[in-house]
Amino acid sequence: MKSGKKKLIRKILLGCVGVGIFLGVWQLLMSMGVISERTMSTPGQVLETFIYKLRSADPDGATLQEHFLSSFKLAMIGFITAMVIGIPMGLVMGYFKAARLLLNPMFEVIRPIPPIAWIPIVILFLGIGMPAKVFIVFVAAFVPCVINSYTGVKLTNPVYINVAKTMGAGHFRIFTKICIPSAIPMVFTGIRLSLGASWSTLVAAEMLASTNGLGYMIQMGRTIIRPDIIVVGMLVIGCTGALLSFVLGRIERHIAPWRK
Amino acid sequence: MDTKAKVRVRNLTKKFGDLLVLDDISFDIKKGEFVCIVGPTGCGKTTFLNLLVKLLEPTSGNIFIDGEEADPKKHNLSFVFQEQSAFPWLTVEQNIRFGQETKKRPKHETDNVTEYILDMLGLKEYRDRYPHELSASMEQRIVIGRSFAMKPDLLLMDEPYGQMDLKLRYYLEDEVIKLQTATKSTVIFITHNIEEAVYLADRCLILSQKPTTVKEEVKIDLPHPRDVASKKFIELREYITEQIKWW
Repeated sequence: MKSGKKKLIRKILLGCVGVGIFLGVWQLLMSMGVISERTMSTPGQVLETFIYKLRSADPDGATLQEHFLSSFKLAMIGFITAMVIGIPMGLVMGYFKAARLLLNPMFEVIRPIPPIAWIPIVILFLGIGMPAKVFIVFVAAFVPCVINSYTGVKLTNPVYINVAKTMGAGHFRIFTKICIPSAIPMVFTGIRLSLGASWSTLVAAEMLASTNGLGYMIQMGRTIIRPDIIVVGMLVIGCTGALLSFVLGRIERHIAPWRK
Repeated sequence: MDTKAKVRVRNLTKKFGDLLVLDDISFDIKKGEFVCIVGPTGCGKTTFLNLLVKLLEPTSGNIFIDGEEADPKKHNLSFVFQEQSAFPWLTVEQNIRFGQETKKRPKHETDNVTEYILDMLGLKEYRDRYPHELSASMEQRIVIGRSFAMKPDLLLMDEPYGQMDLKLRYYLEDEVIKLQTATKSTVIFITHNIEEAVYLADRCLILSQKPTTVKEEVKIDLPHPRDVASKKFIELREYITEQIKWW
């Protein structure tokens, strides 16, 4: 127990040292003039802007929280919809041949299309409002959910299936009690990839066509030449992604406690 | 042929394309009998077990249990594979319950049998652990416990101790004998280790080279626990080894 606590402290300390070194190098490069202040802000300026943006809508029309909530809501709606549809679809395609034959050709055509390539057609159909962005996030998050769930089922150790078969288990029991639990680690990998994809695509969508959100804030920062605003937007996206990934890890440990 | 046989194998033949693997195999097994199958490497022992448990369909012939065609849905069949097969996502107790729940056995009966098996195998204190938290031998005990908990009409074991060292093998072999005696299960055990076969079996079926037939049946009438250094034991082991030689 004590050694576990020590390990955790060591992990946190080393992480902090890593971040400290990064910030130090950044500050040093700025102070030495290697990077111009016209193209980049110092860590101190970024922190100031971060605090300022928490209470001010200047200069991009909304506070940081408003931008964040707008993006977060869109990302979560698209991401969760993709999970709810994509994971069962992948699992079923992995186990039932008829479902695979029915859905696979369509999926194989959709899969290679980059989510950003959907933007023009989605704007034509749905405009630049919330449904359009949710749809683009959905497309981005959907593909990894399906592929990983499908692969997870396909990679089920045949010995486990044979054990269940010899015990007289039918298809449904084999699917629900063997293939799905066996696929869970791969499903979670898919969820992580989906989460990353949904964030990155959302920001891209907001940069192209939006009136608020973190992507819009970054885009505005570029327009008015405010690197501090750009970096604040980027850091919020990064930190949110890391936090969500951490939360996912905890959920995975709860759902799949057998994993080492 | 024995009319009171628990398991009757009749004219079992298996071809893969033009390759004849098993050629017209017939034999009977009595209830509660422990039969070991030995044969030269590559003679089709695993194919034979897969046929018995209906993972493969025979080209011709059939397997009958209590006079009815063997069917995993109808009969209690259980298979201990060579590979590690404890379900990693289930605890020790859930693993042992799995087959019984598949057979929709009443809950109180499942509870009782599970407790009995956990107790017999010394797994009670590990009941909530996952297989990866235990040693390889403990994991194999879970699999063996899960199989015996089914109260199988026929339990098939395919070199289950192939990966274990000698000491552990003897320990687990004694456990299998103990469980088999207690549950009166009918067991077919495949091994390439002749000593293991003589140590466990009531009867040994010696298979020939491909196309495989039953070359000879050897009755092993020694009391348990068997003394591997006894004259009779060594004689039987040497005799069976001689019969397996194809060179």
